[in-house]
Amino acid sequence: MLKLERRPQPSKLWSYLTPIVAVVITMIAGGLLFAALGKDPVTAIATIFWEPLFGEFAFYYRPQLLVKGAPLVLIAIGLSLGFRAGIWNIGAEGQYIVGAITGAAVGLAFYPMESWIIFPLMILAGAAGGWIWAMIPALLKVRFGTNEILVSLMLVYVAEQLLASMSLGLLKNPEGFGFPGSRNLQQYASAHNGEIIAGSGMHWGVVAALIAVIFAYVLLNRHILGYHIRLTGEAPRAARFAGVRPNRLILFCLGASGALAGLAGLFEVAGPAGQISIDFNVGYGFTAIIVAFLGRLHPVGIMLAGLLMALTYIGGDIAQSNLQLPAAAIQLFQGMLLFFLLAVDLLTNFRIRLAKREAV
Amino acid sequence: MTETLLTISGLTKAYPGVVANDTVSFEIKVGEVHALLGENGAGKSTLVKMIYGLVKPDSGTMTLHSAPFAPAEPRAARSAGVAMVFQHFSLFDALNVAENVALGMEDPPAMRDLAERIREVSEAYGLPLDPFKTVGDLSAGERQRVEIIRCLLQDPRLLIMDEPTSVLTPQEVDILFDTLRKLTSEGVAILYISHKLEEIRALCDHATILRLGKNVGTCVPAEVSAREMAELMVGSAFEAPARAGKELGDVALELRGLSVASPGEFGTSLKDISFAVQRGEILGLGGVAGNGQDELLGALSGEIIADDNAIRLMGNPIGRFSPAQRRELGLLTAPEERLGHAAAPNMSLVENALLTGAQREGLMKNGFLKWSATQEFAERIIETFDVRTPGSDRAARSLSGGNLQKFVIGREVLQRPEVLVVNQPTWGVDAAAAAAIRQALLDLAAGGTAVVCISQDLDELMEISDRFGALNEGRLSDIRPAQGLSVDEIGLMMGGAHGMEVSHA
Repeated sequence: MLKLERRPQPSKLWSYLTPIVAVVITMIAGGLLFAALGKDPVTAIATIFWEPLFGEFAFYYRPQLLVKGAPLVLIAIGLSLGFRAGIWNIGAEGQYIVGAITGAAVGLAFYPMESWIIFPLMILAGAAGGWIWAMIPALLKVRFGTNEILVSLMLVYVAEQLLASMSLGLLKNPEGFGFPGSRNLQQYASAHNGEIIAGSGMHWGVVAALIAVIFAYVLLNRHILGYHIRLTGEAPRAARFAGVRPNRLILFCLGASGALAGLAGLFEVAGPAGQISIDFNVGYGFTAIIVAFLGRLHPVGIMLAGLLMALTYIGGDIAQSNLQLPAAAIQLFQGMLLFFLLAVDLLTNFRIRLAKREAV
Repeated sequence: MTETLLTISGLTKAYPGVVANDTVSFEIKVGEVHALLGENGAGKSTLVKMIYGLVKPDSGTMTLHSAPFAPAEPRAARSAGVAMVFQHFSLFDALNVAENVALGMEDPPAMRDLAERIREVSEAYGLPLDPFKTVGDLSAGERQRVEIIRCLLQDPRLLIMDEPTSVLTPQEVDILFDTLRKLTSEGVAILYISHKLEEIRALCDHATILRLGKNVGTCVPAEVSAREMAELMVGSAFEAPARAGKELGDVALELRGLSVASPGEFGTSLKDISFAVQRGEILGLGGVAGNGQDELLGALSGEIIADDNAIRLMGNPIGRFSPAQRRELGLLTAPEERLGHAAAPNMSLVENALLTGAQREGLMKNGFLKWSATQEFAERIIETFDVRTPGSDRAARSLSGGNLQKFVIGREVLQRPEVLVVNQPTWGVDAAAAAAIRQALLDLAAGGTAVVCISQDLDELMEISDRFGALNEGRLSDIRPAQGLSVDEIGLMMGGAHGMEVSHA
């Protein structure tokens, strides 16, 4: 019989190894899944992981890696701060939407004036939009003790309705022949979040994501606030004893993750997406939760995990079109990654021993 | 009384890295109180867990009433007539006594019949108990009665009791001993685990002493001195803390009518607590567990906010100050619960040194942390207080209880506090470490710090305190000089028998 035994000391080796083991197991289980669907598992796995990086059309897919990875990393960094402290913002998708709306609205309000100041203002508005949306569950939790998981999650659906209303009403393109959706910001130079180096996929959102990674790393490892965040997650009573004020921490963590999600929304709407439309959001806010955990809530890990997740997105798209794999199979594949990660994670704190079954 | 009830021969149980029991053998006779004596970590718990079927021995045999006895689970042990009262109660606060008893039974009778049985048994053994009272409202002593009666309803032949007196006042201890003597006169054998030597001398017929998992001797406690038993238990003579004569300084900490509500539902609210501690003085606060100790520490550490004027530190009102502000002013505290309250279990000792040291040790600048200075501080604690660990990068949970406690106390002592408040400073700590911690508190007071020591260990309080008071249901008794206090007086200060009286059935 297998027996779990608690390690006296969390294993450093395993905390680095688990993400890799999880990816490998996901590949095996995913391969079996694809085989059951009648596809060659090796080709399917290769299509997802190899094709985007080194295949025939890699020149097109590689920049996409940054485009898709940046919002994931940006959101996941924010979420990881709260997750570390046991504050669960599940509604990043909503904050992402609202940030996109407020950011785009500021840009559209200036249309057609051209000025360098417009884009920075949009960035501020995007961050503020996400921050405000996250302050709703934060204030309700601090004031009335509501559960931030439920409130933030439900606000995603409110944000989606807001998005639909904006694309059909207030922000609708007056010259859009009645089609839902705003003006295309890609065609408005002052508001366009274009590529900084042509063909690289590098836009301001990628820069922001990198800055966020560095900022979070410094915060968590070198600053008392980051220490208090980690302490609260590890031992809430010890944190109170150390002098942490839980309410302040809730406001900070939810606020920061909301602002970062709002930023991600703004960079997306002003760049790759181009416009506010009913189907603007594609689930970055939810996938970022997987990214945060896959990256072990560590800033550098999140950066790598964001790129890996972007890879499965892009590779999954290729697999869908080349191999006719159903979209659900790809989603299942991504879900497996989190599932196996959480399962393998156990090995950081426990070791498995073979033990003889005790006689009954 | 010569018939043997339980024979234990050559029981061995090894865990990774440690042999908890090494070929332990002894006998328990019918109708005797047999003491199992040893320091923390000597293997007492493992041994009784094997008898109670919670742990299976690696080798060795047990014989109960000359039949082989190898319980695979507690149920088997219970049906063979072995019952156990654990040190930590397994009772539901929100249910009443009868419901709690019913939960532990295989097929409980109707509640009315059960209540009647509880009443009968409790009166017969001098432990009166109302079966319909909610457990959350009971004192620790009464809760223990519930556990005992739960066992007695099974008509046990062997009753195992794990440190039963740690939660009782001296008067309650007397009541318990009467009950136990009554049980033995009916032929029940009792295996009594404790490290309180005087108690064992008063109650037990035989004692088996464990050290590092081995049986180092069996004796008749009444015939040997407490000192001899202590030396068998520890393996060497150890020094009692030395105290120098001292002069007291100004009042450092003063409480005036401190009243705070407990944050927990079944906690004890503090009612109108007033005392003053001078520099160089140790104030000992005794009391049975759950009488407001945690709340008092919380109110002093700043985790519970009180009225501004209720707490004064060197004349300044600090009742509303945060824990960090209080530390800056020199009021340091060490809570009872080491893991999860005084220290974060999964964090390294360096990170745990920062937990309370950040302000006074200057371990941060503008919020940015100085890790190398923090590491030096952690290593200074480890060295000064002889904390046994491979390194300061180890997680707090990897340390033994005594070592972690030395680290926690050392962390506060090294910060040169003006006032230090500790709760249960030596709980679950081996004798050598306990002596070192007490000595550190005495040294600190000798250096001019005002020390408040909250503890349930009366011997400890009598050993180190200058004045003594007791907490009882959130109230503080009069404070009296510790020297010359008799056990009876102390017991009365602690609330006598806590409203529990002996019934004379």
